[in-house]
Amino acid sequence: MSEYDLQKVSIREVNQALHDLTDGANDTEITISNPGGMHNIACGVDSPVSVKIDGHTGYYCAGMNKLANIEVNGNVGTGVAENMMSGTVRVRGNASQSAGATAHGGLLVIEGDAAARCGISMKGIDIVVKGSVGHLAAFMGQSGRMVVCGDAGDALGDSLYEARLYVKGKVKSLGADCIEKEMRPEHLEELKALLDAAGMDEDPKAFKRYGSARQLYNFKVDNMSAY
Amino acid sequence: MTTQRPGLRESALFNRDVIHDIQHAAETGIYDIRGFGAKRPVPHFDDLLFLGASASRYPLEGYRERCDTNVILGTRYAKNPIELDIPITIAGMSFGSLSANAKEALGRGATEVGTSTTTGDGGMTPEERGHSKKLVYQYLPSRYGMNPDDLRKADAIEIVLGQGAKPGGGGMLLGQKITDRVAQMRNLPKGIDQRSACRHPDWTGSDDLTLKILELREITDWKVPIYIKVGATRTYYDTMLAVKSGADVVVLDGMQGGTAATQDVFIEHVGIPTLAALPQAVEALQEIDMHRKVQLIVSGGIRSGADVAKCLALGADAVSIGTAALIALGCNHPQWQAEYEKIGSSAGFYDDYQDGKDPAGISTQDPELMKRLDPKAAGHRLANYLRVLTMETQILARACGKSHVHNLEPEDMVALTIESAAMARVPLAGTSWIPGQ
Amino acid sequence: MCGIVGLYLKNSALQGKLGALFAPMLIEMADRGRDSTGIAIYGDEVDDSHVKLTLQHEDINFDWPAVVAALEKGVGAPVDWFQNAGAIVAKVKGDGTAARSLLSSEFPDVAVRSIGLSIEILKDIGSPEAISEKFNIPGMKGTHAIGHTRMATESAVTTDGSHPFSTGYDLCLVHNGSLSNHNRLRAYLKKQGIVFETMNDSEVAAGYVMWRMQQGKSLEEALIAALDDLDGFYTLTVGTRDGFAVVRDRIACKPAILAETDDYVAMASEYRALASLPGIKNARLWEPEPGEVYAWGHTAHEGISRQELELA
Repeated sequence: MSEYDLQKVSIREVNQALHDLTDGANDTEITISNPGGMHNIACGVDSPVSVKIDGHTGYYCAGMNKLANIEVNGNVGTGVAENMMSGTVRVRGNASQSAGATAHGGLLVIEGDAAARCGISMKGIDIVVKGSVGHLAAFMGQSGRMVVCGDAGDALGDSLYEARLYVKGKVKSLGADCIEKEMRPEHLEELKALLDAAGMDEDPKAFKRYGSARQLYNFKVDNMSAY
Repeated sequence: MTTQRPGLRESALFNRDVIHDIQHAAETGIYDIRGFGAKRPVPHFDDLLFLGASASRYPLEGYRERCDTNVILGTRYAKNPIELDIPITIAGMSFGSLSANAKEALGRGATEVGTSTTTGDGGMTPEERGHSKKLVYQYLPSRYGMNPDDLRKADAIEIVLGQGAKPGGGGMLLGQKITDRVAQMRNLPKGIDQRSACRHPDWTGSDDLTLKILELREITDWKVPIYIKVGATRTYYDTMLAVKSGADVVVLDGMQGGTAATQDVFIEHVGIPTLAALPQAVEALQEIDMHRKVQLIVSGGIRSGADVAKCLALGADAVSIGTAALIALGCNHPQWQAEYEKIGSSAGFYDDYQDGKDPAGISTQDPELMKRLDPKAAGHRLANYLRVLTMETQILARACGKSHVHNLEPEDMVALTIESAAMARVPLAGTSWIPGQ
Repeated sequence: MCGIVGLYLKNSALQGKLGALFAPMLIEMADRGRDSTGIAIYGDEVDDSHVKLTLQHEDINFDWPAVVAALEKGVGAPVDWFQNAGAIVAKVKGDGTAARSLLSSEFPDVAVRSIGLSIEILKDIGSPEAISEKFNIPGMKGTHAIGHTRMATESAVTTDGSHPFSTGYDLCLVHNGSLSNHNRLRAYLKKQGIVFETMNDSEVAAGYVMWRMQQGKSLEEALIAALDDLDGFYTLTVGTRDGFAVVRDRIACKPAILAETDDYVAMASEYRALASLPGIKNARLWEPEPGEVYAWGHTAHEGISRQELELA
């Protein structure tokens, strides 16, 4: 159990301490206080530790996380858990743009709303948002799953590859090559597992599924207007 | 080729190439996508000449008196700057556009002569990491294959903002080259056309870039240098902003820089020549007193030791080669002439890297074609070529009386044309006239 | 490329501490740019028979009394004034027209940074730390302020090129981002009679807002029209006599965050600039939606976004 007060120690010291933890370290519970919107807090962690951040954070909080379980009791800035590989990041408040951008794995839970480009270019991460997501959510999403319990903004799933999207509320508009798809039993099961993992008490049947129409996978001149 | 009968006059405007392009567009409805760099003539380093020593200066004796070539990159913030034996590095080229054997050969060749090589869009392969003593990890908008483990294995990180062949554009890898392995590395379905992003997904602008650089430094514990690569366009401002954002090294890629697959219109019509861009970058660095403190690597059409020496004289700390390195590996080699003809090309003209049918086994993912490239032999050819470039650079530096290639100066050169004099900011040969000054 | 901060006090009891609350916000944005720094501060309002001019000269020993004497003679009334570093604030009788024409003919080197009943614009080359100290921002009083730290992109690092840019009486604009069509737009606006001092893209945004308002548009209407006419990436914040307005382009890559408590409305490029404000832990925090105009003011509907407003 270690505590770091960012009013007293620098981000560098805290991150170095987190990076110096190795598998099997005794110190697996870390608390960070007074983040004050600072950037790059707990980025590049590479061990199965638990990090609790008490307050709002700036850009790239928990960036490239691997194995760790990171919880932010506040809002997060741009690019929370960007390029995450594994582990869990839970945000109790809202997330700014590009949450979970290009992330390859792990679970990102946002209990508030997520702004624009949530899950942009996602590559395998699971993202569960209790509130709503802004425009261009899952833009160019390659793989992974995104669950939105609230509404989605404009151009949901634009240029989607194989990421699967579940939205409970309204979708303002679908992006190029994104379509609503049938919710089959395996999808209800998948969604239920994601909601359970995120600790969200929602009925999977209330959601709709969206995915790629796969019309832009290879260039066709007839799709001109979509390019 | 049809022979021209007397009296038939070809239009300079609508010549046979143009007519062919229009007909092709009309038939297929798609623009031309190709590899290689700009093919149009632009002012280049050939238009500059060195003033060798005679009475007023003293030359160094070739092969006997030392003329050093080492360079250190990333001295501004990194705990572990990169030390290279020669000021010539291998530019970023992706696994995916190139075969695994080609990537391995680049690593082997670079390592043999003590220089670095660079990953590309699509991530780091074990082959190239294993065979590259110094490996620069590119951090690109698409983030294909990007992961923190490889990031920490890298000797430097190169944040790519743009590329000389297509500043402002994203990458393109057509379906033929998205094989199982490439698809798996990039988390994409097999066989699709992969369109890479032109902008990074989680930052926009140099103010945000400052924070992104700090993140990369935090993740790597401030150990490795961070490069910023830009395509040559508004080079003075871009260099200034790269430095303000916190770069250790600026990589400047002129419009002649190569590509694996880009629209021909982009390759030929966007960006400025390497010759025109380099003095702008140096001017920006000098203005903020960062020349030689933030190192400058220049690429885009470097072929010979003369090109290298001229870049260094204009103020670069090192150069980077891509297309020339592929040629050294065996790209466009006459031994494959019959095969080139089968696919409608010819040795010396082959630029269809996007098709993945490279007879030389370099820009392909076809297992049978790949086998044609022996990474050891090809790596050795590259090493030989790099040695020649280095020796040629030294020959020119010694002739100008320099015991280190970095002591070459713009004042050691004159220009043959008004255009090159204006761009390089050196006087027209035989005069003291620098146009515009 | 820049950092933006804004603070509008709803609780008048805090007006004596405006500068003390605001200076740390500005300084926190130093990482986003330290080429130049500027603020617009509102307060110490003159009655409407007068205007307040902020004038600046690059020579720190400039003969300001001579300027003031000329102004007094020109408008035929005494001028109340004070100096702050290289700038002075002069309270001049009239609507400012006579004063401005006199300044441009007799003192062409003097820059008129702002004009209005309440606004004062102070800006210079240097980091927010340096500029805050230079103009003693922590000691300032007022109703609201907006500020800017600049990382210059394509135009020169000069005091003229620093933000905020005046856009009319009691109006100014700061910008974070990069406009991609400002050259053609500048040429067009010049034809419409808008005067530009620099090649700065943000000045074009300021000139655009001024032009639209001269046409009789409201500030909100001008900003909604800007969404169609300004191409590129931007977060704009416009200071007004009684508040400020915020708009982001429709792609909305450039950051902005808003905070509201019973005591104030604040905006910044990043949350960390807000972290030092009292009661921020319990503030309502949100990001402005892309392509929507938000405005606050004593006369406007406090804290209500005007996103529904459409151009007539």
